[in-house]
Amino acid sequence: MRHRNAGYKLGRNTSHRRALLRNLVTSIVMEDRVETTITKAKAARPHVEKLITLGKKGDLHARRLALSYLQTREAVTRLFETVAPRYGERNGGYLRIVRTGFQKGDGAEKAFIELLGAEQVLDEKRQKRAEIRAKRREELDKAMAEQQQQSAGDGTDVSS
Amino acid sequence: MPNPKRRHSKARTSKRRAHDALTATGLSECPNCHERKLSHRACPKCGTYKGRDVLEVKEAS
Repeated sequence: MRHRNAGYKLGRNTSHRRALLRNLVTSIVMEDRVETTITKAKAARPHVEKLITLGKKGDLHARRLALSYLQTREAVTRLFETVAPRYGERNGGYLRIVRTGFQKGDGAEKAFIELLGAEQVLDEKRQKRAEIRAKRREELDKAMAEQQQQSAGDGTDVSS
Repeated sequence: MPNPKRRHSKARTSKRRAHDALTATGLSECPNCHERKLSHRACPKCGTYKGRDVLEVKEAS
């Protein structure tokens, strides 16, 4: 029987745990996807779902309740205006957790937790990031090539 | 201090350890790149899970 085994303690005292979860939940609302450990993802999920339910209600009282949990006003705005309207038809199950591997150091299992319906936004974000990275690499390669040319020129000078 | 009364033979040690063997992890095949991967996890090789790109895979450069 799993009586009295509910919830996740995460090895923290109450205030530490509450602070951690509020922080994590705010990040999920703001970023759509967060990579964390599987246990933290599972602990954060019900909190996010309850907030989205508040977001679907959309009245002033719900907004104040959300503000009392989320850490920034921007997160509340995003929750009510961007995140919650995605789930008009759906009753719960707004998040997806996918296991991704193991953490170096302590071997904890990693996972990402993401909001359903955010795939397109996330893919765009990732593409943008990849473009920036490619551009930066190109510049680096160019700088490196120039440097090499210069040092090669110096080398021939010294030998002659 | 209490001490062992008798010598502990090698046979006794290995008989005890006869049941200590580990079992290999069951692996499944990634439907995308056909690499062996842990089940219910994103494939570390090609970064897909359930037909969707989910991870950024570092390519060897």
